[in-house]
Amino acid sequence: MKQIGDKIVKLGLMAIAVSAIGSLLLIALFIFKEGVPFMARLGLDDFLASSDWRPEKGHYGIFPMIVASLWVTFGAMLIGAPLGIAGAVFLSEFVPNSVMRVVKPTIELLVGIPSVVYGFIGVIVLAPWIRLHLGGAGLSMLTASVILGIMILPTVMSISIDAFTSVPNSYRDGALALGATRWQATHMVVLKAARSGIVAGTILGMGRAVGETMAVIMVSGNAVKTPHSALDSVRTLTANIALEMGYATGMHREALFATGVVLFIVIMILNAIAITAMKKRFAKK
Amino acid sequence: MRISPKFTQAAAVAILGGATFVTLAILVFIVVFVLVKGLPVVNLDFLLKNPEEMGRAGGIFPCIVGTIVLTLVAIALALPLGVGTAIYLSEYSVENRFTRIIRFGTDCLAGIPSIIFGLFGFIFFVTTLKMGWGILPGALSLAIMVLPTIIRTSEEAMKAVPQSYREVSCSLGATRWATVLKVVLPNALPGIMTGVMLSVGRSIEETAVVIFTAGQVLQLPTSMFDSVRTMAVHFYILVREGISNENAYGTAAVLIISVLLVNTLSYWMMNRYIARRTK
Amino acid sequence: MLSKVCLVLGICISLIVCGCGRQAGTSLTVAGSTAFQPFAEKLAEQFNARQKDSRVAVQGGGSALGIESVRSGAAQIGMADLVVLPPEAKDLANVIVARDSIAVIVHPENKVASLSTTQIRQIFNGSIKNWKEAGGNDHPVRIVSREAGSGTRASFEQIIGDVNLLTDAIIQNSSGTIRETVANDKDTIGYLSHGVLNQKVKVVQVDGVDCTKDEIVAGRYKLVRPVYFLTKGEPSGAMKAFIEYVLSPEGQDTIKKNGLLPAK
Repeated sequence: MKQIGDKIVKLGLMAIAVSAIGSLLLIALFIFKEGVPFMARLGLDDFLASSDWRPEKGHYGIFPMIVASLWVTFGAMLIGAPLGIAGAVFLSEFVPNSVMRVVKPTIELLVGIPSVVYGFIGVIVLAPWIRLHLGGAGLSMLTASVILGIMILPTVMSISIDAFTSVPNSYRDGALALGATRWQATHMVVLKAARSGIVAGTILGMGRAVGETMAVIMVSGNAVKTPHSALDSVRTLTANIALEMGYATGMHREALFATGVVLFIVIMILNAIAITAMKKRFAKK
Repeated sequence: MRISPKFTQAAAVAILGGATFVTLAILVFIVVFVLVKGLPVVNLDFLLKNPEEMGRAGGIFPCIVGTIVLTLVAIALALPLGVGTAIYLSEYSVENRFTRIIRFGTDCLAGIPSIIFGLFGFIFFVTTLKMGWGILPGALSLAIMVLPTIIRTSEEAMKAVPQSYREVSCSLGATRWATVLKVVLPNALPGIMTGVMLSVGRSIEETAVVIFTAGQVLQLPTSMFDSVRTMAVHFYILVREGISNENAYGTAAVLIISVLLVNTLSYWMMNRYIARRTK
Repeated sequence: MLSKVCLVLGICISLIVCGCGRQAGTSLTVAGSTAFQPFAEKLAEQFNARQKDSRVAVQGGGSALGIESVRSGAAQIGMADLVVLPPEAKDLANVIVARDSIAVIVHPENKVASLSTTQIRQIFNGSIKNWKEAGGNDHPVRIVSREAGSGTRASFEQIIGDVNLLTDAIIQNSSGTIRETVANDKDTIGYLSHGVLNQKVKVVQVDGVDCTKDEIVAGRYKLVRPVYFLTKGEPSGAMKAFIEYVLSPEGQDTIKKNGLLPAK
């Protein structure tokens, strides 16, 4: 009797798993089904390499958007990664545990600040400052990078702290026993041991930066132009989808799905890197 | 000339400490800025009254209700599906290439930009399935968005339960399902709750997906197909249109405090739960 | 703990099931022009208060989204403020509910007070790059425009004619945001619906004509476009009731009082 009950449960769970995975598959298939034929029809040259985005005339070149997304993310990482990792090193290696136990949950709470709030702060605080002191429109690639960098700080910091705390104390004790200072122990031993966790946290932060939409729409200016300087207004891939998806039909809509495919592939590559980094970490142990 | 290690250490601590201070200062500044400007606006009227003149005056009651209902429905849809899938993957299936592909897939989907879920939700639920803008299409889109996170964290939590627990339960004659229900799940609950709380936080602050699927109508919903405006969307519209910076700050303050409350509550509940179990 | 969670979930699921009933005819969705959206929301508020058997819900998204939503069925009424309805809207029934003018705005501290149509065209095409070429200070011109699906943009470009928008242009997705951007940046120029103007920006004369009600009614101000309500087929039921309300003296009064022009 119990056996039959168990079998029923197993079937039920399998059904749930199939429907959950099915719905996730649905979304992936939907996007690829709309986007890939479009890319094949238009030709990758006219889509990825062309700077001419004028849907009303049938031109769907997303090169400026690709460059914008890449540069904005790169800028965000320049700000978010060093600050986040430095903060994590300081908080986990040079600060007493009691302080860290208060600060870390606070940082994790900060992950919950909505992105539109960051965008708003960018519009009223950062953009005017940049316009006044650095020139340009204020609504620019630089503004977007800074805001995104600040946004991913809690993520990078908190995951890096996790990576550091999971390094066994024996590593540190061993180094200290050999006469190293705390800093030498940290940068010669602990950093190397925690490397894959830090990489994973950075990749996660990068993923969040690539995928951010609302804050970027508010501060980047949304100009469809390949940027020549950090003070130029730019439009990222995500902003392009958000600005046009309400009314896009036919080929225009397919172009937006194709943009989704590009984003998908970028995230898949980032994830693959992160997973291999994590695997190395478990293999070492 | 050799630089003394003590000197490099002092320099390193100074630089790292400086970086940490800058980081924390920026983040704290943002929260304090919003709260300082927003809390004076927040009072019982603000929380319980309806907005007047599209948000220029009055309160944000429909937005609060909208946020709560949308999040609850999204989690109600995603939680059973997610935990069920995780149970199946970790307890009822063998580790093979198929499961590894599923895991890679869910990992990827966990990182997909939210706008893609908005695009899918708008095209599929709102337009093709003709649901229009409403709570259900919004919650469905949000549920699909947080499903990978819930599956991932639940599976990790269940994997962390020691195999010995399951073996003991089996040796006592329990069926697989009884083991899952009475041994694995209770021990994995803190981890599962982390995933749920992460998803709740994400749903509350998500704007792009919600605008395109749940719409932006300032009304108290009476059915699953009624459009609602969440607090995050209301904030965005208030600042974008320059309707009322004051009320925007107030909305943001309420938003931040709700997320803080949800996170703190979950930490507290989890700690109590763990304490009670390990007594 | 587990039982509590299950209880909460059970309540949620039953709420969903109960709420799943969509009563026909009670909810009317109006979507489209962001310029007319605040007015539509006000009218909807008043309409909903007068009678209880149908509720009007207003979404934004731009004129092009309005047309598309009506065609796809996501909305029952589409709002489009276009000079000329595009081919997609040919098979939709339309009725003019208001008229709106487009104001060209600059920062209050900008010396320029009047521009000709040619100058506006040249500015937005990028041929005029510096304010001194138009009578202002020696500062570069920064353009702020609406996104491609905006009725305001389509009307503006159609009336000015031959506008090939500079790729440098900053794009914002609502009239309100354009106003805020221009109000904060001394060198910008933008255009928006007359209905969202306020003291923070300065309105420029077009061909020597002010953007005021008298000039518009007299036909001297060029940048005027009608606001259409579009429906699939002739409006009926709740759609008809709402459209009739908007066209009624009370509805047109509300439109006039809040800064727009009546249909006639």
